[in-house]
Amino acid sequence: MAGEKREQPVTIEDISHKPPKKGWMDTTADFRKGTYCYSGGEKFVKYLDLPFPREWKSYDDDWKLPENWQEIIFEGMRERLDKYRSFRVFMDICVRCGACADKCHFFIGSGDPKNMPVLRAELLRAVYRRNFTLAGKLMGKMAGARELTVPVLKEWFYYFFQCTECRRCSVYCPYGIDTCEITMMARELLSLVGLGINWIIEPVANCFRTGNHLGIQPHAFKDSIEFAVDEVEELTGIKVDAPINKKGAEILFVAPSADYFGEPHYYTLLGYLMLFHEIGLDYTWSTYASEGGNFGLFHSHEMIKRLNNKIYHEAKRLGVKWILGGECGHMWRVLHQYMDTMNGPADFLEVPVSPVTGTRFDHAQSTKMVHICEFTSDLIKNDKLDLDPSRNDHWNVTFHDSCNTSRAMGLLEEPRYVIKNTCNNFHEMPENTIKEHTFCCGSGSGLGTDENMEMRLRGGLPRANAAKFVREKFGVNVVSCICAIDKATLPPLFEYWIPGMEVAGVHEFVGNALNIKGQSERKTDLRGEPLNDGEVEEEIVEEGGKVDV
Amino acid sequence: MNIWLSLLLIIVLFLVSLLGVQSPQLFGVVIPYAAIAIFILGIVYRIVKWARSPVPFRWPTTAGQQKSLPWIKANNLESPHNTWGVIGRMFLEILLFRSLFRNTKVELRDGSRILYGSEKFLWLGAMVFHWCFLIIILRHFRFFTEPVIEFVHWLQAVDGLFAISVPTFYISSILIVLALLYLFARRIINPQVRYISLFTDYFALFLLLAIAISGIWMRHFDKVDIVKVKELALGLVAFSPTVPDGIGVIFYIHLFFVSVLLVYFPFSKLMHMGGIFFSPTRNLANTNRVKRHINPWNPDVKIHTYEEYEDDFRDLMKSVGLPLDKEK
Repeated sequence: MAGEKREQPVTIEDISHKPPKKGWMDTTADFRKGTYCYSGGEKFVKYLDLPFPREWKSYDDDWKLPENWQEIIFEGMRERLDKYRSFRVFMDICVRCGACADKCHFFIGSGDPKNMPVLRAELLRAVYRRNFTLAGKLMGKMAGARELTVPVLKEWFYYFFQCTECRRCSVYCPYGIDTCEITMMARELLSLVGLGINWIIEPVANCFRTGNHLGIQPHAFKDSIEFAVDEVEELTGIKVDAPINKKGAEILFVAPSADYFGEPHYYTLLGYLMLFHEIGLDYTWSTYASEGGNFGLFHSHEMIKRLNNKIYHEAKRLGVKWILGGECGHMWRVLHQYMDTMNGPADFLEVPVSPVTGTRFDHAQSTKMVHICEFTSDLIKNDKLDLDPSRNDHWNVTFHDSCNTSRAMGLLEEPRYVIKNTCNNFHEMPENTIKEHTFCCGSGSGLGTDENMEMRLRGGLPRANAAKFVREKFGVNVVSCICAIDKATLPPLFEYWIPGMEVAGVHEFVGNALNIKGQSERKTDLRGEPLNDGEVEEEIVEEGGKVDV
Repeated sequence: MNIWLSLLLIIVLFLVSLLGVQSPQLFGVVIPYAAIAIFILGIVYRIVKWARSPVPFRWPTTAGQQKSLPWIKANNLESPHNTWGVIGRMFLEILLFRSLFRNTKVELRDGSRILYGSEKFLWLGAMVFHWCFLIIILRHFRFFTEPVIEFVHWLQAVDGLFAISVPTFYISSILIVLALLYLFARRIINPQVRYISLFTDYFALFLLLAIAISGIWMRHFDKVDIVKVKELALGLVAFSPTVPDGIGVIFYIHLFFVSVLLVYFPFSKLMHMGGIFFSPTRNLANTNRVKRHINPWNPDVKIHTYEEYEDDFRDLMKSVGLPLDKEK
């Protein structure tokens, strides 16, 4: 858990949603330990050729801003207002109806009024009004305008790195105002004067150089994959093939780097390897495109493109036909909503066709990249997998939709279909907390760092509380998800709010259930836990066979 | 503070409007013409400004199942996969306030549970207000057309269904006042909404209330010569304005508040009426992987190519037998 001790534990009793007496324009950000992220390291800023690299600390009074920092920001705003219709429209049309107010997990968990999406956006909007609208110039505060001062800039930093860009508010907004977009703009503006957080800029710099956020170099990448191959052999007696940088393979497989370095991600990786072996997939990993995730999304549009470029670049170099992508949330936001526009057209690839079922994935005919859950659910639907769901009977499963795959993609039923066909015990969390209403883990968009732990626990509270509900009601003992950030940050969250709740990737269940031709007797699950001794009290809801959605 | 200031401003505007009956030319012709001109030009200006900023990326907010595999039922309204889906989604959003209908209210209970209750009153208040406003605007066409278009008769008949009092009290007149009062009450009672409310939020509500109340007052309590009002209205429409004598002061009050609204509209949040059509989270189809979206200013960026990568790590790659493009 957190590297630093919190002054006081976070409890639900202490949360008050009542705003203070003082108006929001008269309060400033309180850089309280545990609620903000550390500043971006100078060397990473320098390495990426970003403006104003310098040593500074988030909690310092003096941020060593460039002399003309206001001018730089105004110019940056002007440029973005002209480039993004979204930005201009979202600055203009909010009526402050407050429908978004209690939709934000950070507001629910902290009660800080500036975590209401509307006020988070107003931090930027007030400066916009002051400098870009007639009413704001003439009437000032009466028209909701505010001068851009250092304390206001500090509020931007504090609150725009307290938004996980989850887009939940945009589902409820009558005009579809997307705070994620506003946060992205604000972070770009901050970056123009050299302000950012280390948990974003370091992975970005790593990724730019080594191809992945963790900075894993090619030999170490090969090592981890080989280690996983050995692990699979130990579990099943089968030595699977996991080609790396193989030219002429049919499919390039790209996963988030945490899958081959983190836990419980790792069991998902074992699941992939077993699946690909069993269906005889002609695929390759890449050390260069060794990261599907893209922390550039949390930095700037420019950085998204700089990091994303390698995927098509590598697909072309290796001469594959199409690309398959692993379990990751923000990775799929980039792949689904940005990649083709930024780095396409992928006219050197073919429309993805499953080599096993012959299914043509027409919905990916331009981008040429398919989600692993789409791919696997197609395999199951066509009866290509021999599955024994009873090997997941020690799990009583619920599914946590990640923000990006649900609200920026609409991938809702595919993972559920896979889970229901690989697990016998599945229960949904309350409907206001899943699918398009899903709650963020509280650590997305680059905020999953230890110094920010109090805020993460607060932001993750709604998710944890919904998981607690299904544990008490149905005996759920594992929250499954298809997001690498979830897999990294839900465990400490649950350890705090609902100790004992486990976290697993969907393809971990696939790996457990999958019968591989020639396998030895499966004595343990992928985690090495002995099978058949976990008893689930709940009645089996959907028994055996295929479950249709 | 914001509430009192905006109320004060409305009172000032009211006092100004009292001068109307003294200078009917100014308040009956010049100000309304100017207001309409500002309204139209202002809206055009704002919309052109929005339209000139491109839409570099296609990122609708998906609130339903995408279209992927044929046997998974896609939700074309919440995650549109074609133009019809987008039209349907926009239709629901604009006419029925679909997103607002989802509204919930969070409650922390017993210090351990978080509950999400359904909260439809905001939706109801917004629906009632906007629909009544539209009906009332359409009803006013009986002043601007001669003969009165059939549709307006029909609308009046429905709106005046409960024929209480003479002249008939319109349902929409009562409802719009109630809806505005609800929206105002919500703004001051709900502590979060009160906290975010600006001067301009109250001002818009008060201005609309002033218009509604002055209109009702004129129709039912301080009646004006409706024939003369229509003569003025038709003159304005025909660009040959004549100002008949003897129209009561209440008419000028009503007309002045309407003029203020027209002037205020393009420079305020009321532009959400046009903005919703431009909202990229709602008006784009979720067809990202089917059809490439073009960014007109797609910039060149500095990348780290595979060749550079291999140069950086060649020895390490070689040492573990990873294939290389260049041996040296």
